[in-house]
Amino acid sequence: MTPLTSALAAIRFGYGLHPGQRPPDGPQALIAQLRDARNDAAPAGPAVDDRMAMLDANFKARRMRRRNEAGADEAIKEASRALVGTVTEDSRRLVARAVGSEAGFFERLAMFWTDHFAIEAGNRRRAVLTHDMIERAIRPNLTGSFGDLLKAVTKHPAMLVYLNQARSTGPNSIAGKRGKRGLNENLAREVLELHTVGVDAGYTQKDVREFAELLTGLGLDEDGFRFRPQLAEPGAETVLGARYGGGKANVADVDRALEDLALHPQTARHLARKLWVHFIGGVPEPSRIDALARVYLDEGGGLMPLYRALVDEPRAWELPLLKAKLPFDFVVSSLRALGTAPREVTGLNRRQFEAWLTVPMMRMGQPFLEPGGPDGFPEAPEAWITPAGLAARVSWAGALAQERARDRDPREFLETALGPVAPELLRRAVAGAETRHEGVALVLASPEFNRR
Amino acid sequence: MTDLDFSRRRFLGTTLALGCSAAASPFVTPVTLAVTPGDNRLVVIVLRGAMDGLDVVQPIGDRALRGHRRNLSTGEAGGAHDLDGFFMLHSELSGLMPLWQAGELSFAHAVSTPYRDKRSHFDGQDLLENGGNSPDGGMTPGRDGWLNRMLSLLPGASAQTAYAVGRENLLLLSGDAPASAWSPDSDMALSPQAQLLLNAVYRDDPLFRQAGEAAMTLAAAQDGNAMNPRQAARAAALAGFAAQQLSGQARVAAFSLNGWDTHQNQPGGLAGALKELQTAILTLKQGLGPAWGKTAVLCLTEFGRTVRENGNRGSDHGTGGAAIFAGGALRGQAVHGKWPGLKAGNLYRDRDLMPTADVRGYAAWAMRGLFGIDKGKLDTVLFPGVDLGKDPKLIA
Repeated sequence: MTPLTSALAAIRFGYGLHPGQRPPDGPQALIAQLRDARNDAAPAGPAVDDRMAMLDANFKARRMRRRNEAGADEAIKEASRALVGTVTEDSRRLVARAVGSEAGFFERLAMFWTDHFAIEAGNRRRAVLTHDMIERAIRPNLTGSFGDLLKAVTKHPAMLVYLNQARSTGPNSIAGKRGKRGLNENLAREVLELHTVGVDAGYTQKDVREFAELLTGLGLDEDGFRFRPQLAEPGAETVLGARYGGGKANVADVDRALEDLALHPQTARHLARKLWVHFIGGVPEPSRIDALARVYLDEGGGLMPLYRALVDEPRAWELPLLKAKLPFDFVVSSLRALGTAPREVTGLNRRQFEAWLTVPMMRMGQPFLEPGGPDGFPEAPEAWITPAGLAARVSWAGALAQERARDRDPREFLETALGPVAPELLRRAVAGAETRHEGVALVLASPEFNRR
Repeated sequence: MTDLDFSRRRFLGTTLALGCSAAASPFVTPVTLAVTPGDNRLVVIVLRGAMDGLDVVQPIGDRALRGHRRNLSTGEAGGAHDLDGFFMLHSELSGLMPLWQAGELSFAHAVSTPYRDKRSHFDGQDLLENGGNSPDGGMTPGRDGWLNRMLSLLPGASAQTAYAVGRENLLLLSGDAPASAWSPDSDMALSPQAQLLLNAVYRDDPLFRQAGEAAMTLAAAQDGNAMNPRQAARAAALAGFAAQQLSGQARVAAFSLNGWDTHQNQPGGLAGALKELQTAILTLKQGLGPAWGKTAVLCLTEFGRTVRENGNRGSDHGTGGAAIFAGGALRGQAVHGKWPGLKAGNLYRDRDLMPTADVRGYAAWAMRGLFGIDKGKLDTVLFPGVDLGKDPKLIA
């Protein structure tokens, strides 16, 4: 039987137990997963310029239709097909990787940072950029320094578009003086409030304003990110007491500000607290957050030392399971417990993928990669285990078990899925189910399987 | 299996006809409902994202307006409707003008919650729903919602009758008074035996136990009509569902409408959000029928937006804003509040509309008017520390 430490490592820091995989047996094994996951970090899918070209073709086709030009309908169909096809493939790959991965901690961290830098694409077509941000900004940087991760995400087209940065224009810049366009504070505010120092860090409206002026120039062209000096506000800006710029408009000034923000003590605490709440749960003692933040700062903003300190926390290895799995985690861990192969996920057609995965996740309260705002999905168990959310989980568990577990012995399945975490009460209930698949559904719908 | 606790059997109803397997409608926001004694109805719509009050209820009579805004709050040129010679109503709410004429529509302007300066949506919304008094957004110790606290003041709002409908917990109605959540498109496709077993395994985890009980109770009580919001517009589905419940036993409903955070191309974005809001209000009126005469709808947002238009034909997070009230229970056709003026020296922090009244005061007086809440409870239980101001007599 799986030892408790291994079960906790897989459930709390990964996507749960898998009958074909040996679970990590403790903190060192989790860190080893991150070192071994270099291959998992390699970006997949079309490059960003191809994605920008798809969006551009879609935009142009729609303009043709507004102008009643010949061939517009055909062009729209073509553009939509390319975009929806790419996003579907990106989505299937994302789920399949989590379902099959031997490096569950890496995959969980990829989703943690995706949520930390939350984007609402708003529609399926625009999600081509969200996926690119995950592939090219988040996954390759999540075991490096937070400063590099922050810079990569802040300059990614998905973020520049979502938080209105690409059009933000310095009032005294070359473009600004021509009139028409001006400053937009959205990205500057959210970088401070959500991505780095946090809302309680004591920054002022003036910091937001000056940071927004500093960020002017972060823009786009058909290949992706491009610094556009003609939008950049001239003169130096002061953000949280430090001065930036003043010379020729330069992306290096923005980089320097982001690096300073990454190393701000409030950022260290903000990241430490978020990682604790996400992976361990409950209310962390301030002394533990201080300790994690200190490791991060002492190690120059490196994320690996921070992860190592987190998994070394004694609380990380104690019961009970305080958190509720998010719907995505619940769905992925259910598929893993049933031994689903990644190719079974990538093999689903678009309609099946939606019917089996994205629509159920939405009904459980988590539209796939679409948080309600830039603050991401909530962490509190109460936000997810609502009557409607739980009903959707039970319903999906029942349907999945009927489809895939008609011949499983639910008593064995209970050991595979939960091992030492399974309570006696659940053991007896599973044994009393009328059918095998309902026994499996009971395991999947149980509090223990839905927590981590 | 005899040693398992099956005392939850009573929740399972007779045949467990739970199979409303409607395909989920995309992005249904929650509707929260509660049953209270008496005949008056209250609907609270949370407008998430910070509605630009200056564009919705445009102070055209203020001569400083045009200096701040060229593309927004364009008055007659933008098709806005005159309200009282000073304020004009945004053209996308044209469909509400008959309500204005009939005295079923009013507004409060230059209002805000106590939240100041940080201008975070999330903190601002938490404070709006929690009803606390802290300028930095901190919540009251109970961390509950003011609608829930109001329920606790109503004798007869019991565990059997007070319940909520929604996909997530709306802070506004969460707290100690009994309430649970449900959304119109859930089902539970398990056999009765599996349901019993499931109840048993939820026994020791209070979170799962409560959610599971409510899910089953409400699934059994669902009315099939409400379950297919897919074809209808989102706002119409939410409001229609609320109206249906309010026509029956429920007396309080709350839901939220998103899409007000108009940093860029506000004329387009705001038009979409206002269309949804107008649909929601008109759907409530139609669905409630004669009960509309006993209904008040309060549309509240976390804060207003900057007085000056930004560089992208949009506006950024501000402070003072407007609230919208509708319903046959109103003494309408009024824009309430003391107008602070838009001249440079009159703005809050030289950027925002100066709030001259607390929006919680309006909500408090409305609840007193509808449900006879004791005046001493308004600024203690409902909104601790609020300056109630003079009764604006929103309710007829």
